[in-house]
Amino acid sequence: MAQPNNFGFGEEAALLKESARKFFSEHFGADRLHALVAAEHDPERVPACQWDRELWQQMVDLGWTLLAVPESAGGVGMPVAAVAGLVEEVGRAAFPCPLLSTLATTYVLGACGEAGSEAMAEIAEGQAATLVLANRQGDQRPGDTEVEYRDGALYGSGWFVQELGKVDRLLVCARHSGGLGLYWVDKSARGVSCHADSIVDLTRDQGHVDFQGAAATAVADNALPALDRAMPAVWSLLAADMVGAGEWLLQTTVEYVNTRKQFDHTLGFFQAVKHPLVNVMIQIDEAKSLVYNAACACDTEVEKAAQYAHMAKASASDMAAFASSRAVQYHGGIGFTWEGYVHLYFKRQKHSQMLWGDARWHRAQLADLLLGSAA
Amino acid sequence: MSEDARKDTPEQAEFRAWCRQWLAENSPAEPPVRLPQTPLEIMTREQLDYLQAWQKAAYEAGLVGCDYPVEVGGGGRKDCQRVANEEMQAARTPFFPNVIGLGMAAPTVFYHAQEAVKQELLPKLFSGEEIWCQGFSEPGAGSDLASVQTFAEKRGDKWIINGHKVWTSLAHFAEWMIILLRTDKSHKYDGLSYFVVPIRAALGKGVTVRPLIKITGETGFNEVIFDNLEVDDRYRLDELGKGWQVAMTTLLHERGAGELKTPQAGGMKNRSAHTISASAVMDLAKNIQREGRAASADPLLRDRLMALLIREQGFRQNQRRQRVQALLDHPMRLPLQHKLVISELAQDLASLAVDVEGMGSTLYLADDKAPAGGQWPLSYLNSYGMTIAAGTSEIQRNILGERVLGMPKSK
Repeated sequence: MAQPNNFGFGEEAALLKESARKFFSEHFGADRLHALVAAEHDPERVPACQWDRELWQQMVDLGWTLLAVPESAGGVGMPVAAVAGLVEEVGRAAFPCPLLSTLATTYVLGACGEAGSEAMAEIAEGQAATLVLANRQGDQRPGDTEVEYRDGALYGSGWFVQELGKVDRLLVCARHSGGLGLYWVDKSARGVSCHADSIVDLTRDQGHVDFQGAAATAVADNALPALDRAMPAVWSLLAADMVGAGEWLLQTTVEYVNTRKQFDHTLGFFQAVKHPLVNVMIQIDEAKSLVYNAACACDTEVEKAAQYAHMAKASASDMAAFASSRAVQYHGGIGFTWEGYVHLYFKRQKHSQMLWGDARWHRAQLADLLLGSAA
Repeated sequence: MSEDARKDTPEQAEFRAWCRQWLAENSPAEPPVRLPQTPLEIMTREQLDYLQAWQKAAYEAGLVGCDYPVEVGGGGRKDCQRVANEEMQAARTPFFPNVIGLGMAAPTVFYHAQEAVKQELLPKLFSGEEIWCQGFSEPGAGSDLASVQTFAEKRGDKWIINGHKVWTSLAHFAEWMIILLRTDKSHKYDGLSYFVVPIRAALGKGVTVRPLIKITGETGFNEVIFDNLEVDDRYRLDELGKGWQVAMTTLLHERGAGELKTPQAGGMKNRSAHTISASAVMDLAKNIQREGRAASADPLLRDRLMALLIREQGFRQNQRRQRVQALLDHPMRLPLQHKLVISELAQDLASLAVDVEGMGSTLYLADDKAPAGGQWPLSYLNSYGMTIAAGTSEIQRNILGERVLGMPKSK
């Protein structure tokens, strides 16, 4: 299969991205973000889920959670590349919401075929969802799950669950007598108890979930092919979020160094500041191009999707770490304060860097694909 | 359908088929001599003769200068040079020798010369019959290019040129030179004018070409001394005092950010025609044994290999995204990164290849035991040419910071 030259990023995709950008710049500037999530600074604060449910409802009403739902299931069925454009804008706004977790869940359900259709219908009705994959070390290969499924119910714990406080439904990878399966659970069902993690990132929430005989619907008896099929889209979208956040960090820092004066010059005059910021830009552009290539592969070159998505997430992870580090450094003293906005993006990027595989992990996967296993 | 063939226009599709057919029937013979890694290290007449014959054949078949108008010797097509380049690369042809001519002189002459001069010079430039070189840098004008001192003085209809140019690749074979000259000593930028000068005809009569030797031991570039060389005024490009603006056309194309796509052949596989790519380094790593196993099994080397493969793919996808308006921010943001990114990527790939070879990388071209014929240490040494020439990486970062990110000019 060949990819279209324009990444499949057509007119509709451009309109969606543009309208998302407008939506956030009108409704949700960095000042509002700070007021919403950074009211409490105590490092030992009780974990809280701070988000703007009204704006989220508007996003749902705009149909953004339906974009990955196929038309046959009552959704819009946009290409992954178009969805990536939207997610890039969510990252630029660092908007706290369960959009990415819901889209990720949608792609996994979509790869489950007919068995996933009831769950998909609930997403189409506006339910937010998230994936439960990781063990307590944060490993997220399917076999790492600590959850078991027996007699129609789930037992055990799932860890590092994204946006757990914001979602309604869980898609859980669990071991059953014949292998690994995927199960759909109502978060408010009996036997499900959620515990918020205390996390660094203020723009997200995360938690672990204990299952004590929670009733669950099987959507796949074999989780592996569905996850293999869906995870490249999930990695690509997370990387798109990181590209958007990286661009915010770059532009905000450039604006600052073009304003702040020392030694009779604005800071951008000094090459010790200018050149690393150019390096940040180069890394953002590399990650961005790789994101749309990977997203497009999910749509039109499926056999290469995993390879390209490993590239995108590895590149985005390195970029996220570098862009956020330089942003705090070049903001000087104000970059080190709670009052400044930079740390909100710094922390979001550090969280994203590790989430669903860091750069080292994705490069190792890629090497196994292209050079054969090292073992 | 190959990846390159996706979404061709009808004209491109027809042209691609022609390129493919012609290349299949006219594949050049094996070179009679060892070829250098790039045209910039052509050292002997035998190497040049072979490469010139190939460029001429490709030009006559319509594969060179495709997007230039017919009146100046071009093919009169639209966005077809890219297609020809892709097909020549796929057919693993030799490279073109007239690389400065095609990449820098042609667009500059095309945009800034008089019509008659274009018609006089461009056909033989495209065919490779006349080799071109570039006279920009001087001993006192490197990164600070606008401080060139080589002077042109007006006498009647003629200009008299005196001065000293350096790092002039291919000058020892060149008929023509594009040259940045000072015509007014009282203004730094507005005192510059741009000319094309016939240097071969004037050898020993106002022009001296002396080879400079690179860190690799190769020759290929030169210093050129002008001693009262007389040049006709019609060979001035654009207006007097507009030399800096004309030079920007040259530099933009040299850095891969220009309007006109440079004709580029290549891809030939033999002992010396050596490709610098992530897949070449991966192949090397599979074949080099380190501590009893393939270098490609070493986890640290694997990580570095993948990091560079990802950068290479990122560069390729940048080229693609450059044509998707909705995914761009500043219009020059990607074009101005081109030269910086590709030259540093090539350097890092060659550096990694040397690390993969380990002790083997101490062996050079004439040693039979040298892995890959000693080409990787040669590539690594040569890579500094690319990060220094055409505006050093440091200058490129200044340009990006200033023109794209809006930071003030650094000193």
